[in-house]
Amino acid sequence: MAQMTMIQAITDALRTELKNDENVLVFGEDVGVNGGVFRATEGLQKEFGEDRVFDTPLAESGIGGLAVGLSLQGFRPVPEIQFFGFVYEVMDSISGQLARMSFRSAGHFHAPVTIRSPFGGGVATPEMHADSLEGLMAQQPGLKVVIPSGPYDAKGLLISSIRDEDPVIFLEHMKLYRSFREEVPEEEYTIPLGKADVKKEGTDLSIITYGAMVRESLKAAEELEKEGHSVEVIDLRTVQPLDVETIISSVEKTNRAIVVQEAQRQAGIAANVVAEITERAILSLEAPVLRVTAPDTIYPYAQGENTWLPGAKDIVETAKKVLEF
Amino acid sequence: MAAKKANAFDPEQNLREIEDKFEMLQILNDEGEIINKEMDPGLSDEQLTELMTRMVWTRILDQRSISLNRQGRLGFYAPTAGQEASQLASHFALESEDFILPGYRDVPQIIFHGLPLEQAFLWSRGHFHGSDVPDGVNIFLPQIIIGAQYIQAAGVALGKQKRGEKSVVITYTGDGGTSQGDFYEGINFAGAFNSPAIFIIQNNQYAISTPRSLQTKAKTLAQKGIAAGIPSVLVDGMDPLAVYAVTKQARERAINGGGPTLIETMCYRYGPHTMAGDDPTRYRTSETDSEWEKRDPLIRFRKYLEGKGLWNEEKENEVIDRAKEEIKAAIKKADAAPKQKVSDFLNIMYRGEMPQNVKEQLDIYTEKESK
Repeated sequence: MAQMTMIQAITDALRTELKNDENVLVFGEDVGVNGGVFRATEGLQKEFGEDRVFDTPLAESGIGGLAVGLSLQGFRPVPEIQFFGFVYEVMDSISGQLARMSFRSAGHFHAPVTIRSPFGGGVATPEMHADSLEGLMAQQPGLKVVIPSGPYDAKGLLISSIRDEDPVIFLEHMKLYRSFREEVPEEEYTIPLGKADVKKEGTDLSIITYGAMVRESLKAAEELEKEGHSVEVIDLRTVQPLDVETIISSVEKTNRAIVVQEAQRQAGIAANVVAEITERAILSLEAPVLRVTAPDTIYPYAQGENTWLPGAKDIVETAKKVLEF
Repeated sequence: MAAKKANAFDPEQNLREIEDKFEMLQILNDEGEIINKEMDPGLSDEQLTELMTRMVWTRILDQRSISLNRQGRLGFYAPTAGQEASQLASHFALESEDFILPGYRDVPQIIFHGLPLEQAFLWSRGHFHGSDVPDGVNIFLPQIIIGAQYIQAAGVALGKQKRGEKSVVITYTGDGGTSQGDFYEGINFAGAFNSPAIFIIQNNQYAISTPRSLQTKAKTLAQKGIAAGIPSVLVDGMDPLAVYAVTKQARERAINGGGPTLIETMCYRYGPHTMAGDDPTRYRTSETDSEWEKRDPLIRFRKYLEGKGLWNEEKENEVIDRAKEEIKAAIKKADAAPKQKVSDFLNIMYRGEMPQNVKEQLDIYTEKESK
C-alpha cells in the first residue's frame, strides 16, 4: 500500500477508471497539459491521450452541456468544474438537465456523469472560489452528492461515483487535498454510495458530520473523551442520499447528537439530518439536536476566514451544551 | 479539394473574407517608430509623458506585488507585465465619469480611476475595506467569474443611456472569457440596445494554461463582434498609441449614439496566471516568451519618447522611485487596517433591515468577539 494525499488518491481513481472503461472521459478547464489547477489530473492526458483527457474552451455551462450530450452518446463523462464557486454558471446543466435525464425520459435516457469539483474553505482563495454549496446540490432530486473526508475514501468513493448510473456531484475539500496522507491500496476498490462511516464509536454523544469537519470532530471528540465523555463520530461520506439507518441507530444508542458542517447555518446538510433524527428518533433523545455551522454570511474575505470557519473548539462548546442539557 | 467555381452562395468564402478583414492595427512598431501616421491620435507631449509614467509605475507595481506576495504580505495577485499598453492606454482614453467593470487582472486601471492603492492591496489580501469603493469613483469590483462583467457592462451602459449621461462603460475580459456565454450575451445586449459600451478582450494568449487556439476556431476574437452586429477591431495590444486610438474612437462613437464597440488587444502576460501556484513552464516555451518580450510596450514607447526628447533614464528613475515610495506607504496603511471580525461580516450582509437569523448571530458573535 502507498501513502497518498487526497489529491493523489483522486488522480489514482481517475486513472483506474480511465483504464477500466473506455467510455470514461475526463475534461474541463486546464485539466490536460496542465494537469488541473490542483493537479488532480496530473499526467492523465499523457497516459490516455487527448481523446480521453482534454481541455475545453473556458465555459462552465459549456462543460455541463457537453457532459449531457456525451452521456447521450453513451459516454461516462467525468468533467471538472475548476472551483465549485463557479457552479452557478453551470446550474442549468446540473439541476435543470442532468438531474432530470432519467425522469423526463421516463427512464429511457440516463446520465452517468460525475462532476468533480474542489470546494470548501480555509486556503485563502480569492472571493467566489471557496464555499460549501453541497446543500444546493442535495436539494435537487435526481442528484447524488458525495464528499470524501480523506485519501482512502476519496479513491473508493470516486470509483463508485464514476461507475454509478446516475449523475453524481463529487466534492473535494480544498483543505484536505494535501493536508495529510493515508494508506491507499494501489489496486481498485469501491466504497458504496449512501453509506456512512462510523469513524469512532462512543456511547454518550453522536457527532454527525462530513468533509473537512470530520477531522475537526475527531479532534473535538478527543478533547471530550479527556473529560470522560464517550463520543461517536459519523462521517456521512454521501450527503445525498443520507445513510439514515446509521444515523438513527447511533442516536438510539447515544441519545444525544450534534451535527457539524462547514457550510452556513441556513445552507448545507445539517438541517436535513436534524429533521431525520427528530422524525425518527425523538423518543430516544435526551437533549435537542444542535448544529455547529458557519454563520449566515457570504463566504468571508480571505483574511477573515479562519475566525469564521467552525472548528474543534466550537464543536466542543456545542457538544457540552448537549451533554449537560 | 478541387478548386471551387465562383459561387453566389459560398459560406466558406464569406468567412474567409470577413476573417481577412481583421488585420491587426498598429501605429507604433516594435522599434518605437510611427508606421501609421494617419491613425496617430496626436497626444500632446504632456499626455505622452503621463501615459509612459503610468506604464512604468504599473510595471513597478507588478514587480513589487509579486515580491510582496512571495513574502506573504499580499494575497491574490494576477500579474500584469506585458499588458500595460492594453490596460493603461485604453484607460487613458476615458474620462472620470466613465464606468469600469474590470476583470481580476485589471487592478491598474481602477487604481488610475481613483481606487486608493492601499485598498487595492487590501482587496488582494482579502479584507473588506479593500472592496469599499470610495464614493465618486466609477468602478465595480474586479470580477472573479470569467466574463460576468460583460453582461453587467451592458446593464450599466443601458442605465447611462436611460439617464442621458454623456459617458461610457468599459469592461475587460481575456481570450478565455470570450468562450463564456456571458461574453456573447453582453455584446449582443449592448448592440441590441445600442448602448454606450466598450468591450475589451485582452488576448494575452493563454487562459491559465489553455492556449488561444483551443478556445475557438475563429481566426480572431475581434470578429466575434460581427455576430452581434457591432463595430469590432483587432489592435496591437502592446502598442500604446494604437490601443489609445481605437479606444478613443470607440468612446466618441458611443457617446454620439453609435453604440458599443468590441476591441481585441493582442498582448502577452509575461508572468504566471496568478501567484497561486501557476507554473507557465508547464504550457509555454521560453522561446515564445522571448518573442513577445521583444515587442514590450515599455521598450517601444520609451524609444518613441526618447526620440522626441520627452523621456530619459533620469525621468524613468524618478518614476520608479516614486512608485516604490507610494507602494511602501500604501502597504503601511494596509497593515494598519483593523482585524476583520465575524460581526463585521454579518453587519454588511444586508443594506435594509437585518433578518432574524443574522440579528441573532450578530448578538452571539458580538459578545464572543468583545472578549
